[in-house]
Amino acid sequence: MKPPPFDYHGPVTLGEALDVLAEAGPDGKVLAGGQSLIPLLNMRLAAPAHIVDVNRVPGLDGIEAGQDGVRVGALARHAAVERSPEAAALPLLRQALRLVAHPVIRNRGTVVGSLVHADPSAEMPAVLALLGGSVRLAARGGEREVAAADFFTGPMESALRPGELAVSAFFPALPGRSGTAFHEVSRRHGDYAVAGVAAAVTLDEDLRVTAARVACVSVGPVPVVVDVTTACGPRPAGSAGWEAAAAAVRDRIEPEGDIHATADYRRHLTGVLAVRALRDAAAAAHGEEA
Amino acid sequence: MNETRHRVTLKVNGVVREATVPGRRLLSDCLRHDLGLTGTHVGCEHGVCGACTVLLDGEPVRSCLMFAVTADGHEITTVEGLARGDGEPSPVQRAFSECHALQCGFCTPGFLCAVTAFLRDNPAPSEEEALEAVSGNLCRCTGYQNILKAVHRAAEIQASEIQAAEIQAEEGGA
Repeated sequence: MKPPPFDYHGPVTLGEALDVLAEAGPDGKVLAGGQSLIPLLNMRLAAPAHIVDVNRVPGLDGIEAGQDGVRVGALARHAAVERSPEAAALPLLRQALRLVAHPVIRNRGTVVGSLVHADPSAEMPAVLALLGGSVRLAARGGEREVAAADFFTGPMESALRPGELAVSAFFPALPGRSGTAFHEVSRRHGDYAVAGVAAAVTLDEDLRVTAARVACVSVGPVPVVVDVTTACGPRPAGSAGWEAAAAAVRDRIEPEGDIHATADYRRHLTGVLAVRALRDAAAAAHGEEA
Repeated sequence: MNETRHRVTLKVNGVVREATVPGRRLLSDCLRHDLGLTGTHVGCEHGVCGACTVLLDGEPVRSCLMFAVTADGHEITTVEGLARGDGEPSPVQRAFSECHALQCGFCTPGFLCAVTAFLRDNPAPSEEEALEAVSGNLCRCTGYQNILKAVHRAAEIQASEIQAAEIQAEEGGA
C-alpha cells in the first residue's frame, strides 16, 4: 500500500530539526533510514502528521571510537558501522550487524534508528543493553543521555519524548581479556529472530571467568539482560558451567508463544543459544589474551 | 485534499530528471509513474521482496522504502541503466540470460541491481558470499540455483573483460 499523507519537513541543520520536532510534538516522527518507519507507513500502521527527514542534517553520521567505547551518530547506516575500522574496536557490533536484516536494508537502516524503534526481536537494542550503553537525546533547549536500562520501556517503546531526536548512541568498551558473541535462530536468514543471545565474557589472568552476561532477544518486551557470573565463575573458562548459566537464563526469561514458536520452544532455544554464545565469547576472550 | 508538492531533481541513469511530488511519494512510484521508468518493479512494498532494488549513489537500496524527496539531489541507477551506452547488456545481464536465471522476470530488475553492486565490491565471491548477496531478494519461479550460477558466471565474464581490456591497453601502449 501507499503511505498516508503527511507534512514533509527536510531540515538542513540540527537546530532547525529540533525546532520542527518541538512544534510538531507528539504528531512528529523522525525519518532517518526509514527501514522500519516506511514499512509501517506503507502498511498504514502509523500515520504521523509530520515527518521530519533528518538525512540532510550535517554531522550526524559520525562513528567515533575512543578508549572507553564507540559513539555512533544518528545517520550512521548499519553498513557503514559494519565496515567502519573505528567500530571494529568493539567486535560485538559487527557480530550483531551481520544478523540485521539483509545487506541492502543495512545500506539504508541506521543503528540509532533501530534502537529508537525498540523492537524486542532486534539485535542492536540487545547489544546496547548488554554493554550498558546509552542514547543521547536532543531537544530544543537541551540534551540528555539515557542509559540502556532506562531507554527500552516496552515493545516498540523507548524513553524518547515528543520533540526529541536521538542524536547518537554510545557503546562502552569491555575490559581487557573480554570476548563477545551473538547467536540467533530465525526461520529464514535475515528474518526476525525466533530467539537470539548476545554474550560478553571477561576472564582473569588465570583465564577464570570473572564476569559473564547475556542479552536475549524475542523473549520479553525489551532485551533481557541476565548476569550469569555466579553460575559460570570463578572456574576456568574451559570448564565453566555453561549449562548452569543456561538454566539461569531459562529461569529469568518470560517468552510468549506465537505462530512461529511456542513459549517453551523459545525458552529451550534461548538456553541452547546462551551456551553457544557464552562458549564463543569465552573463546574470543581467551584468543585476545594469547 | 491538497497535499504540498515538492520539486525533486534526480540524476537517473546519468540523466537529470525533475518531478513534482507529494512528500509521501515512494521513490519506486516516482521512478515508475512520474518518470516513466517501469523497469523497476514493485512487489511487496514493505522491503521484503527486493524487486524494487535500485542503486542510490551506487549502493543498492529498496526504492519502496525511501521517499522521492529524500533522494532529491542523488544519483539513481535503475535496471534501465545497467546496459552499456551502446545497448550491449552488462556482464550481469548476460550471465542471467545465459544461465536461465529468470523465468517470469518480475523479480529480475531487483536481482540485477543488487548483484551488479555486489560484484563491483566483491569481484570473486565464494559460494556463501554469493548466497548472502541474493538472500534479500525473493524469486518465486527459479528456485535460486540458476541465479546463483549467474552470479558466478557474471563474475567470470567481468574478470575476462577486465583482462581483455588490460591486454588491449598494453598492446596499445607498446
